[in-house]
Amino acid sequence: MTVGVALQGIVKSYAGTQVLHGVSVSFTPGRVYGLVGENGAGKSTLMKILTGVERPTAGSVVIDGEPVVLRNPADALARQISIISQELTTVPARTVLDNVFLGDWSSRGGFLRGAEDRRRYEDLCERVGFRLDPDRVVGALSIAAQQQVEILRAVSRGSRLLVMDEPTAVLTDTETKALLALVRRLADQGVIVVLVSHFLEEILGVADEITVLRDGRHILTGPAAEQTAESLVTAMAGRAVDVMFPPLPEVAADAPVVLEARGLVRSTAVRNVDLTVRRGEIVGLAGLVGSGRSEVARLIFGADRMERGEVLVNGRPVGVRSPADGMRAGIAMVPESRKDQGLHLNQSIASNVTLPSMRRLARWGLRRGRAERALAADAVRRLNVRGANLLGPVWTLSGGNQQKVLFAKWVARRPQLLIVDEPTRGVDVGAKAEIHRLLAELAADGMAVLLISSEIDEVINMAHRVVVLRQGRVTAEVDAPEATPERVLSAAFAEREDLS
Amino acid sequence: MTATVPQTAPTSTTPTPQERRGRRSQLARDYGIVISIAVLVLVLSVTTDTFLTGSNLRNLADQLVVVGILACGATLCIISGVFDLSSSAVLAVSAIVGVLATQEFGVAAGFLVAVAVGALLGLVNGLIVTGIGVHSFIATLASSIVFRGVAVLMTGGAIVYPLTDQMIDFRTLNYAVQPIGLTLASWLFFAVLAITWVLLSRTNFGRSLYAVGGNPEAARLAGISVERTRIMALVISGTCAALAGLVLASRAGSAQASLGTGLELTAIAATVVGGTSIMGGEGAIWRAGAGVLILQLFSNGFNLLGWDTTYQQVLTGALILIAVSVDQVLRRKRK
Repeated sequence: MTVGVALQGIVKSYAGTQVLHGVSVSFTPGRVYGLVGENGAGKSTLMKILTGVERPTAGSVVIDGEPVVLRNPADALARQISIISQELTTVPARTVLDNVFLGDWSSRGGFLRGAEDRRRYEDLCERVGFRLDPDRVVGALSIAAQQQVEILRAVSRGSRLLVMDEPTAVLTDTETKALLALVRRLADQGVIVVLVSHFLEEILGVADEITVLRDGRHILTGPAAEQTAESLVTAMAGRAVDVMFPPLPEVAADAPVVLEARGLVRSTAVRNVDLTVRRGEIVGLAGLVGSGRSEVARLIFGADRMERGEVLVNGRPVGVRSPADGMRAGIAMVPESRKDQGLHLNQSIASNVTLPSMRRLARWGLRRGRAERALAADAVRRLNVRGANLLGPVWTLSGGNQQKVLFAKWVARRPQLLIVDEPTRGVDVGAKAEIHRLLAELAADGMAVLLISSEIDEVINMAHRVVVLRQGRVTAEVDAPEATPERVLSAAFAEREDLS
Repeated sequence: MTATVPQTAPTSTTPTPQERRGRRSQLARDYGIVISIAVLVLVLSVTTDTFLTGSNLRNLADQLVVVGILACGATLCIISGVFDLSSSAVLAVSAIVGVLATQEFGVAAGFLVAVAVGALLGLVNGLIVTGIGVHSFIATLASSIVFRGVAVLMTGGAIVYPLTDQMIDFRTLNYAVQPIGLTLASWLFFAVLAITWVLLSRTNFGRSLYAVGGNPEAARLAGISVERTRIMALVISGTCAALAGLVLASRAGSAQASLGTGLELTAIAATVVGGTSIMGGEGAIWRAGAGVLILQLFSNGFNLLGWDTTYQQVLTGALILIAVSVDQVLRRKRK
């Protein structure tokens, strides 16, 4: 019998899109595992399966040689598998003690035994080697301390496998060092720690073994000592072969600048970003999740207020203080999340498509159904939305067709600058190709396009120029022929010392 | 409909199972309520010989007015994602101001002032809800207590009347008018129904209400001001409350601080029973009318059949619960 936890041949599909293609990894007690890959490589999904949040389409989780079915996170917890997510799951209004023993308080006959909990708490602190004041309210603690609360909770439940998803992304240097030391100590006590991180130097420093995923496939697992940051980037960047990209139209040499953004600043998310997009040009905005890509787009469109900076459209400064301002300036934005920001799922296709154009379509504030339907029918035809009943609700459509409706909504305004944030997230291959073709067509018609994508191949192949962001700053600007995955990725991946 | 614009895109095929399910749940929402009304009407027509008489129907129409007008305002608010729990307090304040203004300036001016006060109090609600960001449920609950208190202060706890020679004019809304002998109040209700129906289904303001209530962030990113839209909804609700207050005052020939207490909840219940979603973003004015009609048919039926009205409360409560449960189940299906 093998002692430890293993994932065997894990396959996961969402609505026909396969995101994991038979991944196998095994974890031995007392070792630290690093899991790396670019955005969308399947790291989070794999960890969700390991911790019972999602169930695999095929394959199994094996514990001590026996396949087990993890139906939900409680199942995983019962098998001593815990996760510390990026979004912390503490109860902010309660004390450290309450949070650590959440749902697991000592009691007798239904009455709590506070003294018993305190004794357990002191034991626990001794084991992990740090101590927090048990009576502090968690909401008043720093993020690092809140993370420690979660670690205490996981250890108190006797976790044998602890997943940490980007634990250091929100920590300072000193806090990071302390956390990594703690990871090492937990491993020395026999716990398996799986560390998901974008910070390659950290992973190389603390992990015993490193696993690389790419496009939902297992690329390599091996001793950390045999890897370098460069070798990991190369492994992550390999090319996907299953997507064909359409040829992009040439940008005229004298094409005028449509968008010029100067010195955009918003707190720590966007720190002094300059950006230009010319007529007929597609500019790709690359970077890791949290690098400030979407934030830059939202500032330009007016969805968020900038603290400093200036947006010029066709050379004229436009004060964008609201989306309505951005729209008046000829800007449109297909937002990141079609469900939360993009569509009214309960409303009809026609109603969704015509919403941003309603002022133009109405006369004296009165709606004109005929004009609305004509516009919607036209837009839907152009985007080739299949099975579209204009008056039927959007939620009945597939993800790909919903995304096309979202595009139709903004393309129908004929903007001068179209911002598209993750335009092909969660859509099938066919719809993806159609959206790519549409972007090329719009650019050929003279639209300026700002394309944000987590998919490195999409940014590289669908843009004339790629701008890479890291921690709210532009770290590279590369013309299409020179934009290789390696170049973009190494500009996107942060190194610790860059943190200011 | 027009012949030049295709209803479906050329690529349209037969509906997917998911689409068919969607259409069916839509039908259940639309016709469940209509069928319920038809059944109630049929049962009452057969079991009593008084239901289908002109005087009973005119009575029924008159009884729909106050809650009906409040429900029209509530529908606009709920669709846009806010609640107005202050509408009955606004009703009382407007009616009292209306009476006091009538004493000074005459009936017509008094009525106009009352409506203006209703709109103003609605604006106050709107500014509190959107400006300070207090949840509308608690903000309007608090403002309703304040408004009700103001009503007591203005009247000193007494009943206020228009001057004796103004009484006939003041009670105008109560008079039946030809051709079919409905009261002016009933016609006022129909006018409010028509106006709010046009607002909701035929104007950009109306679609903004749906957009803001259904997905505020998507609405904002489409260039709609979430705040302005909700303020307008609350202003209209206040205006409706003032009109309802005038109907009650005109009927009684007086006004007092306790006028219409609790009616805001009946109006919200009627709105929901009619099938407007409590979650916002979905609903219609006809549903407000249908919801009020159902509740009123219940009470009318109990009267005509001579049943114990205690059971009426139990049944009304159960009805509201059923309506909300149906909404919830249909909502879950589409996930």
